Amino acid sequence: MQNQLKVIGILLFIVTLLTAATNKLLDNYLFKVPANFPKPSYAFTNNPITKEGFELGRKLFYDPILSSDNIISCGFCHNQPAAFTHHGHDLSHGIEDRLGKRNAPPIQNLAWTNRFMWDGGVFDLDLQPIVPITSPDEMGETLPSVLKKLNASKDYPILFKNAFGVSTITTDYLMKALSQFMNGLVSSNSKYDQVIRQEGAVFTEEEAAGYKVFKSYCASCHQEPLFTNNQFANNGMPMNQNDLGRYEITLLQEDKYLFKIPSLRNIMLTAPYMHDGSINSIDDVIQHYRLNMQTTTNLDNRFLKNGQIERVPLSDVEAKNLKHFLQTLTDTIFIHNPMFSEQ
Amino acid sequence: MQSTDAVKTLAPINIQFQNIANELPVELNTGKYTNASRENFSISLLQYFVSNIELISADGKVYTVPQDSSYFLIKQANPQTQTIQLNVPEGRYAKIKFVLGIDSIRNTKPLSQRTGVLDPSSYEGAENMYWSWNSGYIFFKMEGNKVTDNSSVAGKKFRYHIGLFGGMDKPTLNNIKLIELDLTKKGLAKVRSGSKPTIVCSADVAKMFTGNSTITIDQFGTVMGGPTSALIANNYHQMFKHQATIN
Repeated sequence: MQNQLKVIGILLFIVTLLTAATNKLLDNYLFKVPANFPKPSYAFTNNPITKEGFELGRKLFYDPILSSDNIISCGFCHNQPAAFTHHGHDLSHGIEDRLGKRNAPPIQNLAWTNRFMWDGGVFDLDLQPIVPITSPDEMGETLPSVLKKLNASKDYPILFKNAFGVSTITTDYLMKALSQFMNGLVSSNSKYDQVIRQEGAVFTEEEAAGYKVFKSYCASCHQEPLFTNNQFANNGMPMNQNDLGRYEITLLQEDKYLFKIPSLRNIMLTAPYMHDGSINSIDDVIQHYRLNMQTTTNLDNRFLKNGQIERVPLSDVEAKNLKHFLQTLTDTIFIHNPMFSEQ
Repeated sequence: MQSTDAVKTLAPINIQFQNIANELPVELNTGKYTNASRENFSISLLQYFVSNIELISADGKVYTVPQDSSYFLIKQANPQTQTIQLNVPEGRYAKIKFVLGIDSIRNTKPLSQRTGVLDPSSYEGAENMYWSWNSGYIFFKMEGNKVTDNSSVAGKKFRYHIGLFGGMDKPTLNNIKLIELDLTKKGLAKVRSGSKPTIVCSADVAKMFTGNSTITIDQFGTVMGGPTSALIANNYHQMFKHQATIN
């Protein structure tokens, strides 16, 4: 028995070493796996981040050449000061002032994400940018046209050659460059992180109390350290026949009105909230869970007791403390990092 | 299964697809056809994927075309695409099998393994065969109009974009169809060096309107990625026929 335990102990030790070693391999000055983060899900072996690839991805991200009217870039709806969301805009904007039907989500920690978009319809970061580029309500372009423009440009053929050693720009390398930049957008330096990693920061009394509230009522969906479990849920938002959420991908009744559970990192910077951008402030989001959640088709079990809706029973003080805790998830280093900005 | 006899020399063979609608050859925009519900219609766009081809010889040996070179987009607008040219081991072939659509695994591969007709950038405009918002390929695409009695009035537009490969997480709708054609009645394909047999198949696209379910343009003018796509795919599963083998 003791020997068995010893073997298990040794095995665990080896696994820990191996995980640390894999994480180490991924690390370079453009991308580090934070000490309190798990192993990324992105297949970096197919597309390791290099300086040239990252900088090329950044140039593409901020270049309206990816849109049909050459006005809308990725960065148009994904602004760094708002954790790469479109601050103040409920729905995504596109060419000719068109409106999409969902709120532009933050771009952060995508290397730990494997289902993209509010409905999870995309399962590979390298396939994600095709959605906004070709959506008539966003960048309204076609891929053949983008590749034609890029291959005919003065700068891009050289930059792709430097980054990937290729003489023609193809879908694969265009997407790889964008992924390198987006994978580099790691947010892991909030006060919360500094407390958890014991880097000298300490929670105030209210923040600590808020953390407790968070762990009791929010953490099963908004799991640490990414503050999402990468699953889909219905959180009692009013039903809208024009947006069936995850069902639109799977056609399964059980997925009707389910949406991606978003991360709470940088939540104070990303108003308005929810998939449809219909809630304007974090106070109103907390009120939603306390008072306004509706009994909808497929409302998550966590909000049901004996078949009846059970809203989150927070006192006023708990709600206030929770907000204090959420403020510790703001990462000012991330939103000010000049490496992530338009050059 | 891989080739059962790798030492055999390879020789050419063609598989030709002739698109028809109720016995009439498909002619884009000008042809007029009638479906099982007596709706008259014209076709403006027609294309579909044929992939994962296998040839089975009279003595039961299976030759699988190497998968990376086994994806073909048959386009009505481009006659060249309607004949698939292959090199296979010499032999007498009695059966062919292929997928109408794109297998699930290829739908999830990295972009580096989606070249040629699988490259999402290879489609111009209305010919797009890739869904970005629900990552996956469109297997079969047919668009056109109902034809009205008054020829100067364009009838109701129809759009049938059929895809869905079964999902990444839990099983979801899978419209991939495996097609099997027996060649024994209309002629085995004799593959040998110095000749180039052609297996001629017809694809009757009007079959999508009838079979297990009756589909009318009036009721289902636009079908893309919803539950009705399964009814259409189950109908068109029967659209291929072996017409002849030219040896």
